[in-house]
Amino acid sequence: MYSQKVMDHFMNPRNVGNLAIPDGVGEVGNSVCGDIMHIEIKVKDNVIEDIKFKTFGCAAAIATCSMVTEMVKGKTLEEAEKITNRTVAEALDGLPPVKMHCSNLAAEALHEAIKDYFAHQQNSPSTNNSRGT
Amino acid sequence: MREIYMDHSATTPVDRKVFEAMIPYCTDEYGNPSSIHAKGRAAKKALEKAREQVAALINADSSEVFFTSGGTEANNQAIISYMVNNAHRGKHLITSAIEHHAVLDTCEYLRKNGFDLTVLPVNSLGVVEPEVLQRAIKPETTLVSIMHANNEIGTIQPIAKLAEVAHQAGAAFHTDAIQTTGRIPIDVKAMGIDLLSASSHKIYGPKGIGCLFIKKGIKIGRLMHGGAQENKMRAGTENVPGIVGFGQAAELAQNRMADTAAYLNKLGQKLRQGILDKIPHTIATGDLENRVPGSVSVCFEYVEGESILLMLDSYGIMASSGSACTSGSLDPSHVLLAIGLPPEIAHGSLRLTLGKNNTEEEIDYVLEVLPRIISNLRKMSPLYRNGGSG
Ligand code: FES
Repeated sequence: MYSQKVMDHFMNPRNVGNLAIPDGVGEVGNSVCGDIMHIEIKVKDNVIEDIKFKTFGCAAAIATCSMVTEMVKGKTLEEAEKITNRTVAEALDGLPPVKMHCSNLAAEALHEAIKDYFAHQQNSPSTNNSRGT
Repeated sequence: MREIYMDHSATTPVDRKVFEAMIPYCTDEYGNPSSIHAKGRAAKKALEKAREQVAALINADSSEVFFTSGGTEANNQAIISYMVNNAHRGKHLITSAIEHHAVLDTCEYLRKNGFDLTVLPVNSLGVVEPEVLQRAIKPETTLVSIMHANNEIGTIQPIAKLAEVAHQAGAAFHTDAIQTTGRIPIDVKAMGIDLLSASSHKIYGPKGIGCLFIKKGIKIGRLMHGGAQENKMRAGTENVPGIVGFGQAAELAQNRMADTAAYLNKLGQKLRQGILDKIPHTIATGDLENRVPGSVSVCFEYVEGESILLMLDSYGIMASSGSACTSGSLDPSHVLLAIGLPPEIAHGSLRLTLGKNNTEEEIDYVLEVLPRIISNLRKMSPLYRNGGSG
């Protein structure tokens, strides 16, 4: 039922874990089946320098998170914001229809992490020394 | 890669002896049992022999066994046909929250069509308590349908006591015995069963064949219309090879039941205990004493079932789960919720159901692989940071 790419990212997920000091954190829960996706980003000069994820969910959930992290690492925040569930699913050579919601979550968690980063920037720009400005 | 099949509650391989018994009825003995000529008579004879074999397994009379296309059809007929044919006596039926969908959805269908339905809760072990049934009985209750043992958590119900409560109230008693027929002893007479559904492919027989036991004197009509087969209880040309296979599987199951059950109990206990010893934050579900032999059901906290299944599969181990993500509907198992588990715990459910061909060495292999899988998945889980001490 899953493509080879999904199975590869599921069996060998990239960028699993937590960052020492993340600049932005996104965590979203899935109302459909109760899963949780957690993404942390490290930003430097507007670029996602490092990214880690954790997932409590199915193989599609793990694979989409892994894929998202791989897709945006080294990309600017603007580029990362353009990632949608569609682009993630396409990059994985498709997902079964019933599993499309899992890819929503991965993209959503990423966007939340970026939002969180900007919120920190606004609230306390001076204390955020990792932004490199 | 090695193949370790531990999903015998889903289905079982056809026994070699069963397959051999079926071959002639797929080839030379192709007659229609309704035909008057020699080929027809030969098929009819095979049909009646199989009926006796199946009847013997549950201590029924062979005239009380009616072949169907499987357990699901038997459940549909037992519930729909009984309720429709006894509607003049009352339109209330009772079932339990942990039934298979073949029963639950059938009851729900009746409810939508003007019948009155009560779905009984179960206790934390998954047992329907006879007192709970007693309180749900109404004067217009005509049928009580409670499964013999649950397919997900293995719990065996106190069928004789439940049937007694139903009978005292003048209601008939049906049991879905698809998980138990041929696996543990069934005596329809001693247990007071009026209607019982059974399936062949759970006991090393072919798929597509099952039966409904209808106690003599019970008024129930047919579900399939269009012919006089099965003593006018089930229209349609009989699946002769399937029926012959079912009969042979029933006889084999009866002959080796005690030995197999003892073997599977031993293996199952070893597997369950090994899992609990090696993997922290694990919950064993169902009734640990009173359960289907070789049925091991657990929930691992902080991880999700589909991920567990696919990881196991990559090691050649085949099992199943009641996790929301594995169900087409994305709802967690209604059985696990009914025994009081929160959805996030039900999420991490794993069911390993052993069969006669599993070996102790296979158990050791699973006990070596599974702890690593769970620990790897937990490392990936955002929930584990607060939960686990390990
Ligand atoms: S996370 Fe539940 S179905 Fe994918």
